[in-house]
Parts: sequence; structure tokens; C-alpha cells
Amino acid sequence: MREWADFTAETEADGALRVALTGPMVVSSVGELDVRLRELAGPVALVDLSGVRAIDTVGAWIVSRLADQHGAKVIGASKEAERLIAAVRETELPAPEDEAGAQGSALTRVLEKTGVFAIAYKDGVLDLLAFLGALLIAWLRVLRHPSRIRWISLVRQIELVGVGALPIVGLMSFLIGIVIAQQGAVQLRQFGAEIYTVNLTGRLSFRELGILMTAIMFAGRSGSSFAAQIGTMKLTEEVDAMRTIGVSPVEALVLPRVMASVIIMPLLGFYAAILAIIGGAFISMFSLEIPFFTFLTRIQEVVPTHDLWVGLIKGPVFGLIVALAGCYQGMRVHGNSEEVGLKTTVAVVQAIFAVIVLDAFFAVFFTEIGWG
Amino acid sequence: MSSHQFDVEFPIVVEGLKNEFGPHVIHEDLDLRVKRGEILGVVGGSGTGKSVLMRSIIGLQQPSAGRIEVLGQVMGEPREEDEVDIRSRWGVLFQGGALFSTLTVAENIEVPLKEFHPEIGPELRREIAEFKVRLSGLPPEAVDKYPSELSGGMKKRAGLARALALDPELLFLDEPTAGLDPIGAAAFDTLTNELQDTLGHTVFLITHDLDTLYEICDRVAVIADKRVIAVGTIPELLSLDHPWIQEYFNGPRGRAAQASQHRAKAMDKLAKAGE
Repeated sequence: MREWADFTAETEADGALRVALTGPMVVSSVGELDVRLRELAGPVALVDLSGVRAIDTVGAWIVSRLADQHGAKVIGASKEAERLIAAVRETELPAPEDEAGAQGSALTRVLEKTGVFAIAYKDGVLDLLAFLGALLIAWLRVLRHPSRIRWISLVRQIELVGVGALPIVGLMSFLIGIVIAQQGAVQLRQFGAEIYTVNLTGRLSFRELGILMTAIMFAGRSGSSFAAQIGTMKLTEEVDAMRTIGVSPVEALVLPRVMASVIIMPLLGFYAAILAIIGGAFISMFSLEIPFFTFLTRIQEVVPTHDLWVGLIKGPVFGLIVALAGCYQGMRVHGNSEEVGLKTTVAVVQAIFAVIVLDAFFAVFFTEIGWG
Repeated sequence: MSSHQFDVEFPIVVEGLKNEFGPHVIHEDLDLRVKRGEILGVVGGSGTGKSVLMRSIIGLQQPSAGRIEVLGQVMGEPREEDEVDIRSRWGVLFQGGALFSTLTVAENIEVPLKEFHPEIGPELRREIAEFKVRLSGLPPEAVDKYPSELSGGMKKRAGLARALALDPELLFLDEPTAGLDPIGAAAFDTLTNELQDTLGHTVFLITHDLDTLYEICDRVAVIADKRVIAVGTIPELLSLDHPWIQEYFNGPRGRAAQASQHRAKAMDKLAKAGE
């Protein structure tokens, strides 16, 4: 059984209290006592420790706090208790600093918060510009001296973000193709226009869904891993080590990832579109009774070439956006491991958001130039 | 704490310990007894398993054979219901400090308090954290800092403050002075010694620092050939003629530490004579 520390308070002749502490005054037994002692109304003249059997620094702290608070004298302390109380007292601060004024009126607080936010925003923008500038410089340097391109790193990244993504992107697109064709057929049947399912599937896949869904998958799969990898390298000071050896982290870490993403995104987008069409053709065999190859031939007839170009133009842009968000957030990690998770989340959210916004702009733009 | 009801003469007893990683045997038939209230230095070449020994004692590493008894409890056996959790009776300082990086120093110190003594109110918990920080020789403003804002030496002190949070009877220190500058290392030695004097706990100290051994260790255990080959005061160890021990203490660095120790003692004598 655990023993708890306790106390009794007796009123002395002069009206002051004599507090007698009993039981062990150790960290495992003083939890309750502390609460009750805090509520004790003074004045306390004497603190009697003769009933205390064991004491540690936490007990000593409580005794010294009680004594100092009321200006009481400590009596009956064992040698050990005296030594511990002295050790705890030694560490004590002269006076607690005044914290008044830290909290101003509501108006000043709002102004302060706005100011802090504005400054953080300004720093963020400057930070981003600095990052883009560094990337541009690294890019120009590499263009002038193509021998500086880190081929091995680039190929490795292409393998990781491109080849590794083929199964999941393929499966996703195939299923989306099935959904579009199937749902499209149900709606179009009402007008007797089932045959337009081919147009719907083909054009949507090439122009929009192939590339957009791939970009979102890419952000979740590769953008996040860029941020986490670079962020962890920053925490372990690998990035600093690179700098001291004279290797530019932007050139060694960011550029290969960005280049790989820009190269691989149009390819992945095209691949996704093809798989979506195959999915559409597959389901049309059953729900529309259009033969598989007839579906594919119809696709060639109804999808204009500029639909392919729309997808292929958007690809590198989306790849760039996702890679930039991932690498930039990764480079911003500092301090602790929680930051890595935080910045990775930010990277993915920003990338997806930016991709969708840009996609809307692209849609309007391409329609305006007659590629509708 | 000598005042606890669980007084035992040897807080740590290791018998016939065997540790192996695959075919690689680290310890074989290792015996060690740590006396109550002493500072025991543990030395040995790199890779002789000093840290593994510590990890075995505190239960982070499951030994393949042997018996480990800490504060009278046999490790690995389920504890009785009314027994105090052994982990609340020791404090461990890991090499890098191992502070939780997402918590401030004060919150770090409060973790063991919250875990083992939830009945302690938040006010007292905060007060305990504050005085432990000062006890460990950190400036008071370090209380609300995050580990990433502290220097290496301050991290070690913060780690020590967390290890001391529950006033442990046993303190494990894994290379506390590694990576500190000589002044910082000497200050940390003094701190370890003073705290031990005041709080009376037993210290299990792994070190490579010869000055630490000479300055503060009551006894030194030497690990070599997969066993503890000798335990004793430094003069006792020096009288043995094991090649590793001789090389360790009589190598150039060993002699330098020895000489500075002699000088310090001579100065003390002179000062006393002058009084």
C-alpha cells in the first residue's frame, strides 16, 4: 500500500499556525498534500518536520515553499531534510518577474496578431522567391555546363516517381475510365445518344482526368516523399554538410527531383489517359455492346489532336508545381521531427490546391484559343 | 534515496549475463555488483558493449542468458501488484540527451511526473520542473525552450534534469561528458558529484573521459574480453597487469589525467598547509 503524506495544523498562543507534517514527503506521496497546503490560510509560524520519515527534493521544495511563503521557521528537520532543503533553496530565484503588461487590450492584441501574421507572410513570400531564385540559378548553371547534371540522381528519381507509380496510376485510371463510361452511358441513354459515351470518355480522359488525377496522385505519392526526404536530411544536418563540402543542395537535391517530375508527368498523364480509355472500352463491351476495337477506332475519329496537346502541355506544369511544393517545404523544415510531418502535409495540400486552380485556368484558356 | 523502504546493499546485481547479436557474442558470463551510494565508472574499448550492458540493466535489451536484479527486483519477472514500478525509481541520461523534440524542457521533465504520479497537480509539476532545471545548472529561461534551441551541453543538462525528475535512487549516465568542451565537461562532473552528495543516489556512469574517472568515480569497472575483468578504485586497477588496463591508464592520455589529478591534490595540500 502506498502511504500518503499528511499534515495537522494547530493554532499557537499568538494565533499563528504550527503545521506538523507527517509520513513520507516524497514525490510519490505528496500529490494530495500539496493541493491542501496551497489552500491553507496562514499565517504559519512553525513547520514541524519531526514526523517526516523520508524526504526527497520534491518534499523539500514543498517545505521550503511553505516556509518562505509564510515566513515560517522549520523545526525538527533531520540532517537529510536540512541538506535537501538547503539544496533546493540554493536554486531559488530572487524574485519572480512581473508578467503584467504581457496581455494588452483586445485592440492591441488584434493589431499585434495582424502584424505578426503580415510579417510571417512577407517572410514566406521572400523565402519562396529566394528558393525559386536559387533554383533558377542552379538551372542556368546546369544549362551552361551540362556536365553538372546529376544523371544518376535524375535517373533514380525518374525510376522512383515514374516507373514506381505505373501500377497505381494505371489501376486508378482504368477504374475512372470505367466509371465515366458507365455513368455517361446511363445519362446519355435518356436521349438515345449512348454512342457519345465514346466522345465523353476519350475527350475527358485526354484533356482533364488523365492528367489531373495523375497530378493529384503524384502530389500524394511523390510530393510528400520529396518534402519528407529533404526535411529529414535538413534535420540530420546532411544539407548543411553538403554546403560545407561545396555541393549546392539545390543542385543536388532539388534540381534532379524537379527535372524528373517535369519529364515524367506528361508521360504518366498520357499513360493514365490511355488506361482510362481502355477502361471505358472495356465496360462499353458489356453495358453498350460496343466491341472493344470499335470503341478504340471511334476514339481516333472523335478526339481531336489538340485534346492530346492539352494534356501534354499541362503535364510538365503540374509536375513542376508538385515538385516545387515538395522540395520547398522540405527545405523549410527546421527544429524537430514534428516539422517534417507538418511540412509534408503542407506540401501535399498546396500542390493539390495549386494544380486544381491552374487546371481551371487552363480549361478557360484552351477554350478561348479555340481548342475547345 | 536512502530514505526509501527498499534499501538494498547492491542496487544493481548482474550475474552470468550473456548478450549476443546473431553469431556475434557481446557479453559472456558477465558479473557486476554496484554498491549503494557509489559512483561506478564503466570503461571499455569501443564496441565492448558498455551501452549494451546499460540497456540490458534497464530492460531495453533482452539478454540471452543471465540474471539481472535492480533495486531488489529481478528484471524480466512480472512485478507484484503493490510493487512500485521500478522505472519510476531510476533515471536515465542517454548519450544525445534524447529529449522529446516536440516538447519544451519543462514539459520534458513533466513527462515522467505525469506518467507515474498523475495525482500531482499542474502547479506543483511546473514548480518541480523549474527547480530541477535550476538544480541541473541550466539558466531559468531554458525552462520554456525547445531542445533544438539548446546547445549540446545544455541538452545534456536538460536530459539530466529529466532523469532526476522523480528523485531516482539509481542514475544511469551514458557518456555524459562526450562532446562537451573541457570546461563544460568539468562542470558536468562537478554537478554529477554534487548532486550525488546531496541526493544520495547510486550512479552507473559509462564514460571514455579519464578525467571524469579520476575526479568523481568511487570505483571503476573495466569491460574487456566480453566480461567485467576488474572492478575497483583506480590504484587497485593500476596494480593489476592486464594489458588493456595498463594501456588505458598508463597511455599518454591516462598519464596526463593522472598527473593533473596529482597536481590538484598537491595544490589542495599546499592550500591546507597555508591556512
